[in-house]
Amino acid sequence: MNHPDHPELAEAFNKDFERTTWHDETLWFVRQKRDKAVYPVPEFQDLRTLASEIKDHTLSNLDNYLIEFEENATKNGVKVHWAADATEHNQIVMEIIKNSCKVEGRNARLVKSKSMLTEECHLNGFLEKNNIDVVDTDLGERIVQFRNEPPSHIVLPAIHLKKEDVGETFHKHLGTTKGEKDPQILTEAARQHLRGKFVATDVALTGINFAIAETGSFVVCTNEGNADLGVNLAKVHIACMGIEKIIPKLHHLSVYTRLLARSATGQPVTTYTSHFTKPVKGKEMHIVIVDNGRTQQLGREDFRSSLKCIRCGACMNTCPVYRRSGGHSYDFTVPGPIGAILSPNIDLHKHKSLPFASTLCGSCSDVCPVKIDIHVQLYKWRQIVGQANELPAAKKWAMKGMAKVLSMPKVYNLSGKLARGALRILPHGLTHNQSMNPWAKARELPDAPKQSFKEWYEENRK
Amino acid sequence: MKVALFIPCYVDQFYPNVGVSTLQLLEKLGVEVVFPMKQTCCGQPMANGGCEQDSKGVYEHFVETFSEFDYVVTPSGSCTYHIKKHYDIIEQTPAVQKVRKSIYELVDFIENVLKIEEIPNSFPHKVGLHLSCHGQRGLRQANASEITGVRDGQISKLLRKLNGIELTELERNDECCGFGGMFCVTEEAVSARMGQDRIADHLRNGTKVLTGGDVSCLMHLEGIVKRQNAPIKVMHIAEILNGNQP
Repeated sequence: MNHPDHPELAEAFNKDFERTTWHDETLWFVRQKRDKAVYPVPEFQDLRTLASEIKDHTLSNLDNYLIEFEENATKNGVKVHWAADATEHNQIVMEIIKNSCKVEGRNARLVKSKSMLTEECHLNGFLEKNNIDVVDTDLGERIVQFRNEPPSHIVLPAIHLKKEDVGETFHKHLGTTKGEKDPQILTEAARQHLRGKFVATDVALTGINFAIAETGSFVVCTNEGNADLGVNLAKVHIACMGIEKIIPKLHHLSVYTRLLARSATGQPVTTYTSHFTKPVKGKEMHIVIVDNGRTQQLGREDFRSSLKCIRCGACMNTCPVYRRSGGHSYDFTVPGPIGAILSPNIDLHKHKSLPFASTLCGSCSDVCPVKIDIHVQLYKWRQIVGQANELPAAKKWAMKGMAKVLSMPKVYNLSGKLARGALRILPHGLTHNQSMNPWAKARELPDAPKQSFKEWYEENRK
Repeated sequence: MKVALFIPCYVDQFYPNVGVSTLQLLEKLGVEVVFPMKQTCCGQPMANGGCEQDSKGVYEHFVETFSEFDYVVTPSGSCTYHIKKHYDIIEQTPAVQKVRKSIYELVDFIENVLKIEEIPNSFPHKVGLHLSCHGQRGLRQANASEITGVRDGQISKLLRKLNGIELTELERNDECCGFGGMFCVTEEAVSARMGQDRIADHLRNGTKVLTGGDVSCLMHLEGIVKRQNAPIKVMHIAEILNGNQP
């Protein structure tokens, strides 16, 4: 099947110059907020190192820590489920809901706080098909849910939308006045709408930011308090996590909470950092632990450290390509630089353009709070795409040709001379033909000099 | 001290003046420089394109050309980074290890091998410095804004000491220009937009001469300057340090 690749989607995004400017500046503002929160912390770089090392250690002992977590959570009265893939995950969630909510004459109701894992598993669509009503309660998630769009950012799901777009969406779905774009009024409308959903819900589903092996408890970070509201009002709490969310001990947690919010939004800490250990009397708590390709990535030596990711989104905010192409141009649950190293593990053919959607500038690796060498992994995925014969044929043969020429000095010298000669003789309209030469769409070619440096050297210095 | 000059392929073909300035500058600084005639390229274009296996012949040719020298100096942070970082896929013979250690970006060589902290030239212009990512984050030649708010680095240190110079204070001090090798054509839309945004930052803040350590970034940015007829002259750092005037 042919999917539109990143360059095509990015080009379409860039057609609207002003909107691209706005998108870039909005995310750059978040990056600057992050800088302002990071610079005053003298030990910030040490925290990054520590966070990276704890995660490295955990990934190397993941089997043991996962079992320790399960044992302790079970002791706490939590029911732990294991899912090998998205299908199993969705099935498990559905069965928990069907078994715990015997509702008559209506659909079971689920409120969800933000969980990229359930996006990855396409849980919403699956549950809706099985007569379960799903309401995303994070404001940004609710907006994109109304619009039937995937999130475009893992922390700021509706960052691709302007307040005017949100106004239109709310007019259609919540009956706000047409043309209303005041954030205060729109947020209040969402708040009232969501209150009704919270109060009427049967089940609350949350993600998990950190699962602590030592205690069997877990932590959910939000800014809106929507996870807490849902969990405390519902009879059943389902929490879903990828296997990589484990940290060994409770005292490791503060390393991550200090890094997460600063890196994500420039806050010292998320507004709500909620710890969940055991179900309230008379209620149920379930944890679903999901693999879905993660153990395969863990087995790839060059790429396993991508599993250290704590989903802060800083690599998206800093990425000059993401800021100018938008989250949807990546066509993967997790966009941006981190998505470009996670996605080829899931489907190399479909996502083969993503490792090339980068200049390898390295900003992502320097901003990453757990020191994932993202740009190094992008380079390595490129080689795997090349080896898997997934490069466009023209590019592949051009590369092979270039490699030959550049390993033979005489051929190189002659080709250079001929190319420069041609560039000098041919008319500008031809050398800068935009359909043949993408360079020339927005740029002039350099002037082709009569002499190369080598020729100058031979004439003047030999 | 046996020092070789490496002039990257695209500099050789399109920016011979950068090569000439590099050679003259090194000679003025008292270095005896050899230019091996059989040199071609470091192999980066193919490798970044996902074909590093095809580059092996180019890598081997590079090593064969330069392994007899104590230092290999080049006016490119990007090629230097590539040789240091990515020549790990060929057999690590003593010659390969030596070349990976002896390759130096020009300004790094001036400051850290020659230990020269000041070049007594005058350059009375408002200069905008474009930090190439491979020089800055790859070789750590300049601070990265992700790590610290202090803007400092090897090139700006030398530039600041030129007589009469004024350096542009940019809004985004170290954002990538969008060249990125093959990226500049395969992701043309984003690449061009990134370059346009860099030039706009320089124009808003008064840059008259735009410089940097990598001709590749500068070629891309100059392409945009020329298309827009923007009042900016683009010069490589070697040309400025050599005393050339705009």
